[in-house]
Amino acid sequence: MPAPITGENTTMQIRPILSTLRHHKLTATLLTLQVAFTCAIVCNVAFMVANRVHRIDVPTGIAENELSVIQSKGIEKNENVQARHAADLAALRAIPGVKSVVAVSYALPLGQDESSSGICPSKQALDRAMQLNSIEGSGCVEPSDYDGTPGLIDTLGLRLVEGRDFLPDEYVTQGKPSVAIITRALAQHLYPGQPALGQSMYDGDKFIRVVGIVDTLLRPNLRRPGVDYDSMIMPQLPDDASVAYVLRSAPQNRQRVLKAAAATLVKVDPNRIINPKRMQTYSQIRAAYFQRDTTMIGLLIASALGLLFVTALGIAGLANFWVQQRTRSIGIRRAIGATRGDILRYFQAENFLIVGLGVLPGVLLAVGLNLLLMQHYELPRLPFWYLPVGAAALWLLGQLAVLNPALRAAAVPPVVATRSV
Amino acid sequence: MFRYYIDLALRSLKRTPVLTALMVMAIGIGIGASMTMITVLHVMTDDPMPGRSAQLYTPHLDPLPLDHKQGGDGPDPTDNLTWPDAMALLKAHRATRQAAMAGGSLLVRPGRTGLRPFYVDGRYATADFFAMFGMSFERGQGWSGADDEARARVVVLSDTLDRKLFGDADGIGQMVRMGDNDFRVIGVTADWSPKPMFYADASAQHYSDADEFFLPLSVAVDLKLQTNGNQSGWGKGDAGMSLTGAEMTWLQFWVQLDSPAKAEAYRQYLIDYSAQQKSLGRFQRPPTNAKLYSLMGWLAHENLVPNDVRLQLWLALGFLFVCMINIVALLLAKFLRRSGEISVRRALGAGRRDIFVQLGIESALIGVAGGALGLLVAQLGLWSIRQRPDDYAHLAQMDVPMLLGTLALAVAASVLAGLLPAWRACRVAPALQLKTM
Repeated sequence: MPAPITGENTTMQIRPILSTLRHHKLTATLLTLQVAFTCAIVCNVAFMVANRVHRIDVPTGIAENELSVIQSKGIEKNENVQARHAADLAALRAIPGVKSVVAVSYALPLGQDESSSGICPSKQALDRAMQLNSIEGSGCVEPSDYDGTPGLIDTLGLRLVEGRDFLPDEYVTQGKPSVAIITRALAQHLYPGQPALGQSMYDGDKFIRVVGIVDTLLRPNLRRPGVDYDSMIMPQLPDDASVAYVLRSAPQNRQRVLKAAAATLVKVDPNRIINPKRMQTYSQIRAAYFQRDTTMIGLLIASALGLLFVTALGIAGLANFWVQQRTRSIGIRRAIGATRGDILRYFQAENFLIVGLGVLPGVLLAVGLNLLLMQHYELPRLPFWYLPVGAAALWLLGQLAVLNPALRAAAVPPVVATRSV
Repeated sequence: MFRYYIDLALRSLKRTPVLTALMVMAIGIGIGASMTMITVLHVMTDDPMPGRSAQLYTPHLDPLPLDHKQGGDGPDPTDNLTWPDAMALLKAHRATRQAAMAGGSLLVRPGRTGLRPFYVDGRYATADFFAMFGMSFERGQGWSGADDEARARVVVLSDTLDRKLFGDADGIGQMVRMGDNDFRVIGVTADWSPKPMFYADASAQHYSDADEFFLPLSVAVDLKLQTNGNQSGWGKGDAGMSLTGAEMTWLQFWVQLDSPAKAEAYRQYLIDYSAQQKSLGRFQRPPTNAKLYSLMGWLAHENLVPNDVRLQLWLALGFLFVCMINIVALLLAKFLRRSGEISVRRALGAGRRDIFVQLGIESALIGVAGGALGLLVAQLGLWSIRQRPDDYAHLAQMDVPMLLGTLALAVAASVLAGLLPAWRACRVAPALQLKTM
């Protein structure tokens, strides 16, 4: 009579497994070792992938899928830059499908070209910074500066949460403007616990009044999580022969609008260089910024899968081998009353035990490897929950790998016992 | 005997095709992944000037004031030289050859009709540049030290730029409009782009940039031509950002020193020069801050290999390691299964050594097959890297030594993996085994 699957039944099976493994001590140890290293590497690789995915997922605060950017570089000496920009903008605005367009000098979130300068919440803070000969600990910060023609806030799709947009007479071409719109993050860093709107920031030369606060605007280059959103918009008109036009359109129109924009600009004035590499939808700008990270994510995933695959192969290969080797003893067990289920469970339990023995040192190795990576590659600490998840994944992998050989073992007929091998 | 062992090994491998395939696959994937990354690292850390790099050095001085604080992210100002220091080293003429240089990007307005203006990267340099770096001229020649002094408006073009501007006509003696000035073409060099571009400033794309024109540094400074690269000034006001000022570094400087003794003498000269500048009150920091880097030493200092590439290499090696453990386990199972056969051979007179060699050959055979597969995997990996837009991606190619290295690594790895199993197998006690047969 087949015994029901009970706890007692399981414990009874452990002992024969242990005694079999003792016969294959070295082989079993090697498999355990492989599982341990796989566990350690896969846990860390998964963590690195999660980190990178988090990094490339950073919100910029702008209407990313509606924007395209085209850079134009005038090559005529002594041309009137402002008139040129105005004429270009008017022509670009007339392109069908273009909702709005602005000119910026170069800076865009994740655009990599940036200008940044120190700014202080007050004159006293600047004196403190001078005394320290460093910006650290003075209350001053170093935000990224954005400029652009009127309509920047709307075209980029920024969310103004306090104050107002710039007034027409606040825009300047040369020198520094006396007002600015800052991000909520910058407001909090400059004036912790106080309302920032209406405050006068000091840049060492001039006071700049905060007239508006936008919710989110990412820097052109990421620095570190705490300061990535410290940005400041100035009512400053681009004043260089090289300029970038930002066009807003429906997402599906972007490629068409870009092509039309290039043709329009050349028609307005052929004396310029339009670098095809600087003619991009914002999605392409973003992809270019994170290009290394996406490569790395692909590579990390490929190597983790490869590693799991090789380990699964190892488990399956060895299990297959053991099944062949033990065909006779399996037949004997079947002949004296073991069911197919018993045999199946025997191999599954054996695998569970081997993988379990590997997973235990594996999680310790994972933590050690993480400490090593933290030291050399500035990786954060591995969160604890990766360890049980990694262990469970390997257990599952082991069970899947052993299923086929175990089923074959279960299919061994009892009559094998009567044959001599 | 060797052929007999190979025959035995092939028979044995054929008997367990699945297991053999598993082992070949494991070693193939492991080797393929490792060799892909080793190749990338190899091309990135390769000597850009074979045969010449041992004589090339770059001097570095420390003109920073004592209270200068280096920001965390910014470039190191002492990576480059100031104009007065570069001119002083140039005039002192203590090396066989010496040249100061900086990168620049200029708008070229071709005279030929139908060609739109375009920007081109090049280098502003002093006369020794060509001879020191061993550049070969297709036509014409470089300029002389006298031309440097006279601020002669001459230019040397790369072969590519020359063809682009003048087609099949001879460009020598012609005028080219670059920026807002005309320059007379005096030489055309063979295309030249050492990888990495060791002599460029830290901000360059060291694996993909190439210089297409060269013109005298004195002219560039005179005409205030646009320069690429980091300019680190620490002076107050506008004087701190003047190209010829003593408080801004922006120039790269290379010297040719033919023997280690000369390099040592030059190193001492740099310290003496710094001490002299310190006594004049210009330098504030210890004269021993002055350094002379060899070419390869400078590349190591610059650390051009991105951290990601190093991480990928470690990952690939970890992968290979796990693959090897896998193969050891599988070989062990396989060899021990053949205890009976081994015992018969032992009983018939084979020594432990013979068994060991036989099993070793079997492992090596797996290594050869795995190495072949690994080569395929590595080619696939390198191909996929070449599809990426990274600066160094286009260099990811295997040369012959790397190809052979792949096979050697695969065989070495599999033989190493076979050592333990073979040793265990040849220690089987024949009598006991034969009894149970």
